Amino acid sequence: MLADTATMHTFVDAARFIGNHTGLLATKTLEQLALSGAALGIALAIALPLGVVLGHFHRGSTIAIAASIVGRGLPSLVLIAAFLTVLGIGFVNNMVALAVLGSGPLLTNSYDGVERVDRDAVEAARGMGMTGWQVLRSVELPLAIPLIFTGIRVAAVTIVATAPIAAIAGGGGLGDIIVNQASYRLSGVLGASICVMLLSALVFAGLAGVQIAMTPRGVRRTSVIGEPQRREL
Amino acid sequence: MSVIAAGPVIPTFGKGSSCVTGDHTFCWDWVRAHWGDTLGPALWQHVELTAIAVVIGFAIAFPLALLAHRYRRLEQPFGIFSALLYTVPSLALFQLLVPFTGLTWTTVEIALVSYTLVILFPNIVQGLESAPDDVIEAARGMGLTRLQVLTRVELPLAVPAIIGGLRIAVVSTVAIATIAAFLLPTGLGYPIFLALKEPTPFKTEIYSAGALAVALAIGCDGLLVVLRRVLVPWASKGLA
Repeated sequence: MLADTATMHTFVDAARFIGNHTGLLATKTLEQLALSGAALGIALAIALPLGVVLGHFHRGSTIAIAASIVGRGLPSLVLIAAFLTVLGIGFVNNMVALAVLGSGPLLTNSYDGVERVDRDAVEAARGMGMTGWQVLRSVELPLAIPLIFTGIRVAAVTIVATAPIAAIAGGGGLGDIIVNQASYRLSGVLGASICVMLLSALVFAGLAGVQIAMTPRGVRRTSVIGEPQRREL
Repeated sequence: MSVIAAGPVIPTFGKGSSCVTGDHTFCWDWVRAHWGDTLGPALWQHVELTAIAVVIGFAIAFPLALLAHRYRRLEQPFGIFSALLYTVPSLALFQLLVPFTGLTWTTVEIALVSYTLVILFPNIVQGLESAPDDVIEAARGMGLTRLQVLTRVELPLAVPAIIGGLRIAVVSTVAIATIAAFLLPTGLGYPIFLALKEPTPFKTEIYSAGALAVALAIGCDGLLVVLRRVLVPWASKGLA
């Protein structure tokens, strides 16, 4: 079953499709990155500060729990379809749906990261005469960076990986090719699937590199990649 | 040609009420009328897709986790592999499996099992390693063999983490299984898919199937919380 000749040929055709349509694939990749970037930007602008502030004041754990459930439990297809009925077909509805999807891990992790900072460290900073803002800026945030950045990475990969599904709602991007087998045939569908896969792997690896570089040396942990998926708050 | 005699085909959205033909926000009568032929079967297929994927995923992840727990060196490579696999977009994974196993139930399940595997494995390993060292030493000191330490100390202590992993796996699988509709007319994704194909997306179908998918995820999650309360009452505080 594994590598019989017909299967091999299918993948050779897919590789040939990639080779023959680099221009198309590049355009679609850029479309997908634009959509993903816009969605991530919105999520970062709203969910990240909200999580940090809630964590700083140790308030709103219910919001953070709800966000983690939204991040996992809301099927992307449902989200995209639901926003389509409200906002119509196109860029905006997909951007909003993907932003909501990415907000889950961002909010949970930024809340969690700041909230779980060692109370002793915070008390010590207070005792040294730091204001609440200074405590947040020079104690809580640096210590929370590993968790916050994991949240950003999970959100970015989730958004980039989900963006192809947005093609059924006029989202553009590589998904346009994947859901249109009638025009692009199996070779095109597989070629675009391979590109989608590489794109999210690249985003994942790139952000893992940035995360290692940005984490203060003192709070660096041994493994950034192999952390278990967790849910508890 | 006899086809011409059939006359033009006018889409009617079934024999719908004014609510359905006017595509109002939500039509209970459509839900009642199509529970038997659309929503009910889709929900049942979704439950089946999810249950099979989680059961098989657990059956593979559990022995692998025991191995990784026994031989620590295996843990890191498998951890990296599973983290990478988790970044593969579901839509792409489904499509890339088609040349091997075709547009079949098997293709869908292979993809879903892969995702449950990469969630369950690290959680089970983490659970097995959560037993404090002095507890294990005490057990050894009492004369327990390695197998007895595993079955009587490490596994019971791992139950909360294992159930935590199962919760994430079930909820994620319910979500990813909606994407299976791109390959096969199955699961709760399919009614949504059909509704999106209409010239104007049919809202009631999207909302009702979507709500069922979310309710299924929350319901399964709740069942596992109850299971944890029953199995390990000491580890259950709050809902988180």
